[in-house]
Amino acid sequence: MLQQVKTLFLKEFTLEWRNRYALNGMLLYVISTVFVCYLSFRQITSVPVWNALFWIIMLFASINAVGRSFIQERKGRLLYYYSISSPQAFVLAKMAYNTLIMWVIALMAYVIYFLFIGDLVQDHLMFGLALFLGSTGFALILTLMSAIASKTENNMSLMAILSFPVQLPFLMTLIKFSKNAVDGLDPSVSYNLIIVLVLIIVIVLALSYILFPYLWRD
Amino acid sequence: MHKIGETSTQILGLAWWKWIAIALVLFSLTAGMILDVPRLPILHETIRNLYYHVTQWFGMMIILTASLVYSIIHLSKGDRRSDIIASEGINVALFMGTLGLLTGMLWAKNTWGTYWTGDAKLNGVAMGMLVYLAYTVLRGSMDEEQKRGRVSAVYNIFAYVMFMVFIMVLPRMTDSLHPGNGGNPGFGGYDLNNNMKLVFYPAIIGWTLMGVWLVNVRVRIKSIEENRLSKSHQ
Repeated sequence: MLQQVKTLFLKEFTLEWRNRYALNGMLLYVISTVFVCYLSFRQITSVPVWNALFWIIMLFASINAVGRSFIQERKGRLLYYYSISSPQAFVLAKMAYNTLIMWVIALMAYVIYFLFIGDLVQDHLMFGLALFLGSTGFALILTLMSAIASKTENNMSLMAILSFPVQLPFLMTLIKFSKNAVDGLDPSVSYNLIIVLVLIIVIVLALSYILFPYLWRD
Repeated sequence: MHKIGETSTQILGLAWWKWIAIALVLFSLTAGMILDVPRLPILHETIRNLYYHVTQWFGMMIILTASLVYSIIHLSKGDRRSDIIASEGINVALFMGTLGLLTGMLWAKNTWGTYWTGDAKLNGVAMGMLVYLAYTVLRGSMDEEQKRGRVSAVYNIFAYVMFMVFIMVLPRMTDSLHPGNGGNPGFGGYDLNNNMKLVFYPAIIGWTLMGVWLVNVRVRIKSIEENRLSKSHQ
């Protein structure tokens, strides 16, 4: 099982590395989105706006980055995976890979945002935790949504319809937590929020592990 | 084909539990208007909306939960019937949710002074409606029966859990204008004198049974449609 996850994870990584256009595309996506926001807002001094805008950019970037993880798979290739690995290993590998990608995107997004729009963060450690938890959660939720959307005909628009509302509880908690970090409040204020975030991540992991085998067979 | 109502005892052509549904809803409509209610500041007579707004929502939650159970059954057994019940349950729950939303908006206008506020529970409802509307879109986008059943059951289970997190956990962490949240006393704390309980609990059962009845009718319509379809294909 672990061996399977590892092999599948490495395979995703190699495939991505061979044609880097997707990763570069993501980078460009984040840069142009931030640049558009920069030209529209010019300067942001209000913490709630700064915070909300950042996470909305992250939300759209994550849907684009993770959304294609199942949608790009061809039918024949899925059939091949089906014959060589267990569905649980497959979904765990996908999730691990998407999480890694999202960490990279979150870091990139923060740096670019910081360069163009400015940095209002006062507690960098807690904001880093928000970035870490946020990108992990986005990646996990969207992996399952992408698996569902890939089963339908017009999958990219359905991907957004399905995942925006489902992501809301996570996003609302995340924005609150991240705002506390930006404001530099004492970490003890946010303990509850951190617990909820971790809880949602664990629930999503467990649900994906249980439910994915049913999506797998066609 | 299965017919849920047919096996149970009938009175004047209707199954017994349908008579109970009619009686309880009529009872809550009339008794809710007539019986005495406690006079509370801000709420005044609008407290009677408790019998309609809250009970419709309870009914909706119960039907959503039933739909979740049928989705789980569908995943484990793969039969068509539980898939149809799960999806029709969601349609009916959306309808009852809309009713609860409208009555809630009226109530909000008369007590808080506006139809919509950024209250945590209101956002929860909006999110729930979006999730379940997305469910209907998802079902519409697939033709193959087996696949549609499985995929939408998976989404239903996932959506239900997220919905529960949104409306159960999050409002307790922020201020809400609703009773029982953010320092507001819960309804159980001060009102629910016996008069109100007398109407409130029957109303919950009544609206839930009404919902079950609606699901029942819709499932039967679906079965007839599918039978026709399979006959015309032969």
